[in-house]
Amino acid sequence: MSTPISSFLVVSALLFSIGTMGVLVRKNALVIFMSVELQLNAVNLALVAFSRLHGNLNGQVLAFFSMVVAAAEVVVGLAIIVTVYRRRQSASVDDFTVLRG
Amino acid sequence: MAADQIVFWVFAPISVGSAIAMILQRNAVHAALFLVVNFFTIAVFYLVLGASFLFAVQIIVYAGAIMVLFLFVIMLLGVDRDESLLEHLKGQRVIAVTLGVGIAVELIVAIRAGIGFATKGAENFDTVANKGGNAVALSRVLFRQYFFPFEATSVLLIVASIAVVVLASQKRRAITRADAAAAAAAEREAA
Repeated sequence: MSTPISSFLVVSALLFSIGTMGVLVRKNALVIFMSVELQLNAVNLALVAFSRLHGNLNGQVLAFFSMVVAAAEVVVGLAIIVTVYRRRQSASVDDFTVLRG
Repeated sequence: MAADQIVFWVFAPISVGSAIAMILQRNAVHAALFLVVNFFTIAVFYLVLGASFLFAVQIIVYAGAIMVLFLFVIMLLGVDRDESLLEHLKGQRVIAVTLGVGIAVELIVAIRAGIGFATKGAENFDTVANKGGNAVALSRVLFRQYFFPFEATSVLLIVASIAVVVLASQKRRAITRADAAAAAAAEREAA
């Protein structure tokens, strides 16, 4: 493989910071959640790149676990967004300034 | 130029571009579709890095299951309207972009200090670490060294699915004291 490992790490760093900007800028709770997914994927890419750099599969196993946890997190997070939407009739974080129902 | 370099330089701009397009889209459905493009490019990177099992899992779990779930919720709630551009905190967007660029620069400096920009991966990855194919090698590591964490994730998935059933159940439960009082009053009314 002739591509340097750092190229993948730089892409991963860019995706992570774009995800951070998305979380900070966007108002729609669902899009914020998608930006968090983007950050998770960026870190997974870094893990797989490090696995290739070190020549063992521990990084890939960790990325696999992180995918499982991300799947569980998406399911719970979307259920929370649906529950909040039922009470407030809005998915914008500007309307979630008070946490109590 | 080797094949993996061509693949990388074709897909890296698509990956970063679709991520930027995702956070710039005002419509939630369009943002979700750009995120699907991004997940596919990451899957291609996994393939280039010799993680063919994760390539398949990425497409099935992320681009398939998770994005279907996202689109389902977007359409269920009907929040695919364009969101307002009104800033409630003054200068939030400028500060957010500054912080984001700061994180990117810091991470790239850290990569340079950590492994340098020219370090290449091991050439014999496919014959040593991926011996017998990526899926076989990965399961060997997973079920020998990481068996306990693997079982722990199964508990996590059960807990998550029970939590979702509880959260999504349609039955009205008293959440605040006012709700409880209203429910009690309604019961008295009925009796």
